[in-house]
Amino acid sequence: MSILVTPQTRLLVQGITGAFGARHAQLSIDYGTQVVAGVTPGKGGQIFEHRGVKVPIFDTVAEAVRETKATASAVFVPPPFAADAILEGVDAQLDLVVAITEGIPVNDMIKVKRAMQGRSTRLIGPNCPGIVTPGEGKDSHGGCRIGIAPGYIHKRGHIGVVSRSGTLTYEAVYQLTSRGVGQSTCVGIGGDPVNGTSHLDVIQLFMADPDTHGIIMIGEIGGSAEEEAAEWIKAHGTKPVAGFIAGATAPPGRRMGHAGAIVSGGKGTAQAKFDAFRAAGIGVAATPSEMADTLLKMM
Amino acid sequence: MNIHEYQAKQLLKQHGVAVPSGEPCKTVAEAKAAAEKLFAAGHTLAVIKSQIHAGGRGKGTFKHGFKGGVKLAKSVDEAVNFAENMLGKTLVTVQTGPEGRVVQTILVAAAEKILKEYYLAVLLDRANSRPLIMASTEGGVDIEEVAAHSPEKIIKEWVDPAVGIQPYQARKIASGLGLKGDAFNGAVKLIMGVYKTWWECDASMVEINPLAVVETPAGKEAIICVDAKIGLDDNALYRHADILAMRDLAEESPLEIEASKFALNYIKLDGSIACLVNGAGLAMSTMDIIQHFGGMPANFLDVGGGASKDQVSAAFKIILSDPNVKAIFVNIFGGIMDCNVIATGIVEAVRETGLKLPLVVRLEGNNVAAGKATLASSGLTIISGDTMADAAKKVVAAVAA
Repeated sequence: MSILVTPQTRLLVQGITGAFGARHAQLSIDYGTQVVAGVTPGKGGQIFEHRGVKVPIFDTVAEAVRETKATASAVFVPPPFAADAILEGVDAQLDLVVAITEGIPVNDMIKVKRAMQGRSTRLIGPNCPGIVTPGEGKDSHGGCRIGIAPGYIHKRGHIGVVSRSGTLTYEAVYQLTSRGVGQSTCVGIGGDPVNGTSHLDVIQLFMADPDTHGIIMIGEIGGSAEEEAAEWIKAHGTKPVAGFIAGATAPPGRRMGHAGAIVSGGKGTAQAKFDAFRAAGIGVAATPSEMADTLLKMM
Repeated sequence: MNIHEYQAKQLLKQHGVAVPSGEPCKTVAEAKAAAEKLFAAGHTLAVIKSQIHAGGRGKGTFKHGFKGGVKLAKSVDEAVNFAENMLGKTLVTVQTGPEGRVVQTILVAAAEKILKEYYLAVLLDRANSRPLIMASTEGGVDIEEVAAHSPEKIIKEWVDPAVGIQPYQARKIASGLGLKGDAFNGAVKLIMGVYKTWWECDASMVEINPLAVVETPAGKEAIICVDAKIGLDDNALYRHADILAMRDLAEESPLEIEASKFALNYIKLDGSIACLVNGAGLAMSTMDIIQHFGGMPANFLDVGGGASKDQVSAAFKIILSDPNVKAIFVNIFGGIMDCNVIATGIVEAVRETGLKLPLVVRLEGNNVAAGKATLASSGLTIISGDTMADAAKKVVAAVAA
């Protein structure tokens, strides 16, 4: 078991013929992920080929889903067209849309989020590294990798990882794997102020997943999503959770790389989030070097 | 991106929002002409406002001793005197830091007789991903104070993005503020316009503080934006050429402008340990861990997920042009990125810049063995760190030494 995706998940890649989308479609194929379709408007009928795997390209997501039974999508479409691409996946009733694209205007995402109300599709991201459910093979080969995370650092196991940041997720995963501890699923929810899936959403999935025995939750300054997740864990948590918040030393009013990483009006401070973690019994890593050790001590 | 008050008022006016009549002026002659026009139109008082991106202008002091970045003038002569004391002069406020900012533009506007001040803002509510209009009868003061001490005095109205703002919502807010008659009707139109400015300009925030009910020269009540602040969503600027043209490079740090040319995300800080990191979260954490071990970061620098050799080289030059830097901490988790490419970039950059400062490198990830070998065989003095903690301790020690 795992959450959101399994090695059987049938993936389509929106923007598969762009340099970025193509590169990561190849890496997902190398990882053993079932990449079953690509979508690039105007290139329908062409074939994306990598190491003997032939992936048909379609003009629309609807057509790709009809022909290939794809259930999940990775969006690598440039920012001005990304909101449209996400909604196309929603319209085609995909289970999951993972938007990797960085730099989508906030108002576009406000509209997307509103349009998705009452729809069955779950959105992860945007501006996120994606999802990995590690496989059983060498360097976790045979898993489902959607997005841009390095597959080889993972290991099949029982820790769930959820984070707003890409490289900080890799850091946590690497710490776990290098201590011989594997992961059930690792989810990057993205660094934008409006995103499809929150820390809390993923935490609830991990708590309900019998294969996940412990959780690492990584947050950042800005917003109050970490506090909301902590509040829920305090009331309903059944598994050990350890966490870290990046940006304790960031100056207020400055956007720290991620559009969502900003302390404004005294809100979204690292201190408030760490306090919420402690109040909920979440293990707080004193430094980002100790994320894995903090959790393992609790288990 | 931030813009000046006069630019914010231009955008508001384009969306039907009432702002005081006035003009931005870059010379004393322009200021004189603008003031003459206002007094000739029957206004008895003009306000002369320094245009810089920092707050606290009214209570600021110019380096040559002149007090106040915002002044009321009763005559053209007075307006000219204020213009002479502001234009080209350096204004220091609580937000500028001791170095202050040179005032290159002043806003010369009608100062209406204010009867009561209010607060109005539009921003994103991250908790539900909806636009939020906030208003308060406590205007002209720090709204964060109001929120902390009397939250009941803040009116909140959320807008459904599917249909946009509805007039009844503006009426609810105006009524909640206790407005009547002309001021009520004026407020409804103004609130609609402020919301539309926020939405159509892709603003991250529009803040009107104070919003004011004033007495017009004709003796009637009207509601206008006395001060206005707009922040824009950088990601949406591609579709607003007119707003992008409002960017004032003089208000931005030269190093940050240089970094943006190489698609590097750099923010200058006050410490002595420069950081070069890939990924925003890891870059923030690197600053945090430096401080945890007793050092102070000199900057935030995210070279991005697919950094090239050229970017690494540019990044080194930028962090080295900060005179406070005493050591450099490179922290790279090369997931997909080849660590050897980064290592080669570091070696080239160190040679090119003739780096004499201690350099601590922590490399992890894809092709890390080759990367470490490249650093080791370069003949350069590079301190290697195995983990983030190990490297952070070493760089803090190097600065202390």
